[in-house]
Amino acid sequence: MITIGLLLTLSFIGSLAALGILIWAIANRQFSVNQQDAESIFEKGEVGQPDDSTAFHAEKSQEQKGFDAVRSRIDDPGRNVVILMTIVAAVMLLLGSAFGLLASFKLHLPDLLSDTAAMTFGRVRTMHLNLVSYGWLSIAGIGVALWILPRMFHTPLRWPRVAYFGASVWTIGVAAGVIAIGSGWTEGLEWLEIPWEIGLLLAIGGACMAFSVINTARHREVHHIYVTGWYLLAALCWFPILFFIAKIPELHSGVQQATMNWWFAHNVLGLWLTPLGVGAAYYLIPKIIGRPVYSYSLSLLGFWGLALFYSQVGIHHLIGGPVPTWVVTLSVIHSVMMFIPVIAVAINQHGTVLRNLWAFKQSLALRFVSTGAVMYTLASFQGSLEALRSINSVTHFTHYTVGHAHLGAYGFTTMVMFGAFYYMLPLLTRREWPWPRLLATHYWLVVGGFAIYFFSVSIGGWLQGLGLMEVGHPFADITRTLQPYLEARSVGGTLMTLGHVIFAVHIVALLMGKGATARTRNETDATGRPATAEGI
Amino acid sequence: MNRLLPLAIGAIAILASATLMLVILPGIQINQQKPSEQLQPYTAQEQAGRDQYVSLGCVYCHSQQPRSGSQTLADAAHGWGRASVGSDYHYDAPHQLGTMRTGPDLLNVGARLPSVEWHLTHLYQPRSIFDWSIMPAYPFLFEAKDQASPEDIVVKLPAEYRPDGKVVVAKQEALDLVAYLQSLKRTYPVEGELSSIRDQGFDTSKGERK
Repeated sequence: MITIGLLLTLSFIGSLAALGILIWAIANRQFSVNQQDAESIFEKGEVGQPDDSTAFHAEKSQEQKGFDAVRSRIDDPGRNVVILMTIVAAVMLLLGSAFGLLASFKLHLPDLLSDTAAMTFGRVRTMHLNLVSYGWLSIAGIGVALWILPRMFHTPLRWPRVAYFGASVWTIGVAAGVIAIGSGWTEGLEWLEIPWEIGLLLAIGGACMAFSVINTARHREVHHIYVTGWYLLAALCWFPILFFIAKIPELHSGVQQATMNWWFAHNVLGLWLTPLGVGAAYYLIPKIIGRPVYSYSLSLLGFWGLALFYSQVGIHHLIGGPVPTWVVTLSVIHSVMMFIPVIAVAINQHGTVLRNLWAFKQSLALRFVSTGAVMYTLASFQGSLEALRSINSVTHFTHYTVGHAHLGAYGFTTMVMFGAFYYMLPLLTRREWPWPRLLATHYWLVVGGFAIYFFSVSIGGWLQGLGLMEVGHPFADITRTLQPYLEARSVGGTLMTLGHVIFAVHIVALLMGKGATARTRNETDATGRPATAEGI
Repeated sequence: MNRLLPLAIGAIAILASATLMLVILPGIQINQQKPSEQLQPYTAQEQAGRDQYVSLGCVYCHSQQPRSGSQTLADAAHGWGRASVGSDYHYDAPHQLGTMRTGPDLLNVGARLPSVEWHLTHLYQPRSIFDWSIMPAYPFLFEAKDQASPEDIVVKLPAEYRPDGKVVVAKQEALDLVAYLQSLKRTYPVEGELSSIRDQGFDTSKGERK
């Protein structure tokens, strides 16, 4: 009774406060946007001009080359930290893929490398997860954010050395955390395995990079904060809070810890990796095509809808479990509500691409980003359906969930990051990709590999789930049924890893100066112009 | 959306409300309950075994949360036990509920498979018992010796899995881990208030609680 009374009182107070903030915000026109704001990522006269150094070289006008030069000057202070993060991200991706592949092989070759504790499945799988989520995706996402935000804000990155320090500390934290897990020192919670003592490094590093970003935002030379900024800035507020609360030692135990665990774990996806990916896509898609997004007001719905609904979906990981019914139901409802922000983002991003399919065909950077954006829509729809109690009864506890997780983290976020790097690095280094054909090879390897991966674990997982629901179905049969699907997953994973090797080798070659100097540069044009909006 | 502060306040307020709903309120409700008197805290050895379980990442293939009969009858049919409730985990930190069943649920494995010998053999080489098993072998929890000393616990193995001319004896880590597995017995009944903390969303009516 106390609980219900408290619940009602708190939700009443919460609603009153939220209503008050909403009235204040509307009265102060905080929430109004118009279609002109969608063009704030373009310079005057730039709309209608496609922009991707891997595809539209010949079409660049003299004026556009001038914009490139000005933007290049904005890049200058942040160049070192973004290049550092690019290298670290690529290394983390390769290591993460190697551990993921090993874990996959171990599921059908269980005696492979089983002589040492560090190489046991439970640790290899966990090192994979931490390397790809906190290593590859987080570092790639922040790195791209550190490059996009100054360009959007028309002002160079502030405190670049603080950001550089932060990126280094974060990297050391991830490396130390992964070594700790390999040696058996773990917190033992999914997505929170890194011991809190090492987690402090991620907190310090993340805070340093966030300070640099916020300081840049405070010095912005534009009136409007473009939608990408909402996602990236909010993500940089959310992650430290999530991480800090989840990591407080000795505070959580029993099933209370389980609810905290999944509140955190799904918010790492929903309020951290997703906004990094969606934010980057919201900048890159219109920028590469040269047309603003389809409906800018919809992006407002997409952003606040994501914040409101995604933040409360976590307990759908405990459906049918030993936690209060109401909290499970709450998460199921919010999972279904996710259709709203996802459709809003889908209309905006796919709508823009569909009206400009010529760009999708020509620009590989756009092809990566847009494929990722489509996967976001699919992963989110799938996630909403998976959260329904009836479907969850089959998919819970199976490899189907693994497929879903990879559709989000790989199909969506990783693909967007690939595209972001392909677009960004030539502009950042003022060099061309040395072997442009490798972009297509990379694309088809990871798309083909991932298709094999996804369909094998999804079909295998569904059969596993049906087996687990059936009375009298022997466990041995379920394991035998899964075998070919787990083998197919390893095939898919191998192709994906090959794609990653190509990606990493190409980055190394570019950074070592293999590519031709970019033809878009027009140094003389740019000198003397201040790197601000007024200057252009 | 032209200013930083309202954006940050809005974003943080929404996360705060999610934290209230998903972490704080369930926490208050769960922590109000005392566990059944029949649930004992882990002994030092069982806790040491639990630390092994956590450190080796057993949770990534084994759940510890049998489902209710209203959701599926299969869990009980496998012998995995009654549907668990919140207070069954009172002494668990970190929790090991798990989200994957590449292997079977283990919350009641101590009742289902009580033999120490069976577990030692199975941990040393699961395929010596089940040829279809894909569970990892844990040879590093054991030691191959020329001759066992009197206090050693020798692992029974079929000839093909025995190292040439040696005997396999359990290290302390293996014995601790088995002690923990044996302690996994949530077989006592839960009634009334204690049975209230679990997802009853599959129950057709209040009268049919499992």
